[in-house]
Amino acid sequence: MQDSTRWQARLVLMLLLAPALLWLLGLIILPHVDLAVISLRERAGPQEYTRSLAQYRTFFEEPLYWHVFLRTAVMSVVATALTLLVAFPVAWVIAKVARGRASALLFLVCLIPFWVSETVRTLGWMILLRESGVLPALLVRLGVTPEPVELLYHDATLLVGLVYTSMLFMIVPLVSALESLDDALIEAAYDLGASGFSILRTIVIPHAAPGITAGCIVVFMLTLGNYLTPVLLGGKNSQWFTETIYTQFITRFNWEQGAAFGFLLLILSTAIVWTGLKLAGQRFGEVMQRS
Amino acid sequence: MIPSLPRPLWLRASTWLVIGAFLVFLFLPLVIVAIFAFNDAPYPAPPWHGFTLDWFLGNESRGRTGLFQDTELLGSIGTSALVAAWVTVLSVLLGTTNAFLIERCRFPGKQALSLLMLAPLVIPGVILGISILAFASRLADLADTWWGWELDFLRPGLPLVVLGQFSYIATIATLTISARLKRFDRTLEEAALNLGASQAAVLGTIILPYLRPALIGSAAISFLMSFADFNTTLMLVGSDAPLTVMMYGRMREGATPVMNAVSLFLMLASALLALTLLRRSKERR
Repeated sequence: MQDSTRWQARLVLMLLLAPALLWLLGLIILPHVDLAVISLRERAGPQEYTRSLAQYRTFFEEPLYWHVFLRTAVMSVVATALTLLVAFPVAWVIAKVARGRASALLFLVCLIPFWVSETVRTLGWMILLRESGVLPALLVRLGVTPEPVELLYHDATLLVGLVYTSMLFMIVPLVSALESLDDALIEAAYDLGASGFSILRTIVIPHAAPGITAGCIVVFMLTLGNYLTPVLLGGKNSQWFTETIYTQFITRFNWEQGAAFGFLLLILSTAIVWTGLKLAGQRFGEVMQRS
Repeated sequence: MIPSLPRPLWLRASTWLVIGAFLVFLFLPLVIVAIFAFNDAPYPAPPWHGFTLDWFLGNESRGRTGLFQDTELLGSIGTSALVAAWVTVLSVLLGTTNAFLIERCRFPGKQALSLLMLAPLVIPGVILGISILAFASRLADLADTWWGWELDFLRPGLPLVVLGQFSYIATIATLTISARLKRFDRTLEEAALNLGASQAAVLGTIILPYLRPALIGSAAISFLMSFADFNTTLMLVGSDAPLTVMMYGRMREGATPVMNAVSLFLMLASALLALTLLRRSKERR
């Protein structure tokens, strides 16, 4: 009897483990190992490859590539910081200032735009900002500019688009972190004469740190891996690293180079996420559970 | 600061100003897209030329193709729905087995496995796409040289798109469903077993009904995420383009207001889905 139940538990475990392993091995681990193998080879002739680091060497020797890489990284960091700055006051109002229904409604309203696909939202920004678009026409009407100006294809526009796209992923963890902060702590600090700024610095931010980290990490990763917004809002002069990967992999069919670039992006994203977690003193699993 | 503390008037006023400005920022692009779906001009741009339904219904005398005649576009909506249906079914099934695996089983290496399950969320979609593309091509090539098999589903196309999206949407379904399973009160299960119910009966009459909201919620999220996915899809797509890829192609060429029409359709569909889910969750309370 004892034996048969143990055997049964074994069987159940195997049946549950099989799909999970199939998924993780077949779609995540093996493809990435394969990608690493491809990135570490060089075409010697038709159907012939030798092992080499040539793809990675190209990246460091060709200024264009690491320029784009660096630019993507810096812009992503800036976009993440801006998203935090915009989202924090809004999350504060949702979690602390608005009460009951108003708070729930405001939260819901903030989420609605993200139920629509990114393509639609980007189309909206294009109609708003391009030279023949709504905002330039409005500026002429108001007499601010004599001629319609092109508002698309600037770095600032790109940042607006990136901040807009990832807003949701900052607001949700911030609201849940701030909601758990006891109002009495703030009141006590106020009664003891703390200024607004020192309340923010010594009470609110330390308490919300897990939410801030979670939001920043998710937003950073999404921005780094974004393709649509940089291509459509950033225009031709503003290359994004995902675009470089696409060009190598799909357009030029240079899989070796594309795979190496893909790995570099993966390393960058992992490195920054890891640094962020270390700085905030948190563990990956905990952060992901929050967001 | 918080309402229980005295706040100067300027702070209260500026709070609502900031929220107002933020809402304008959030909704302006969507409202603009919706408005220009009805503009009587060949391009979605000002000035306003009057109201028309041409971009939905078409107008042969003026050479306009509306959304409802654009078979290519309608076909891509169908493609997206088909892909999303597959992704949803696969993700919810795997999410459920994973939830039981994480919450109910004990085995060595469980910690590492559940951490590994989160990995797809940290990998940029573009890289998920190219790695699956490269691996599938290698498998297809091997099958071809070893056994002379033509495995077309491993070449860029809809099966690969489904696998690519499933690879990370499964993580989201897993998180949603296991979060609910974690809160399940196990005494209910023990009571049922004590009263003589079989394991299968407990699963069917107690646990699965309890999980239902999470199953429905994760199905809705999976469907929406699949419908909206762009990065992974772009790398794996073959000749049949799903809606996002089709729209992207047309937006690069210079879009006609048909794009606005299809966008409006998407907005209404997702609003409807959101409202239905919301109603359901309210009824339960």
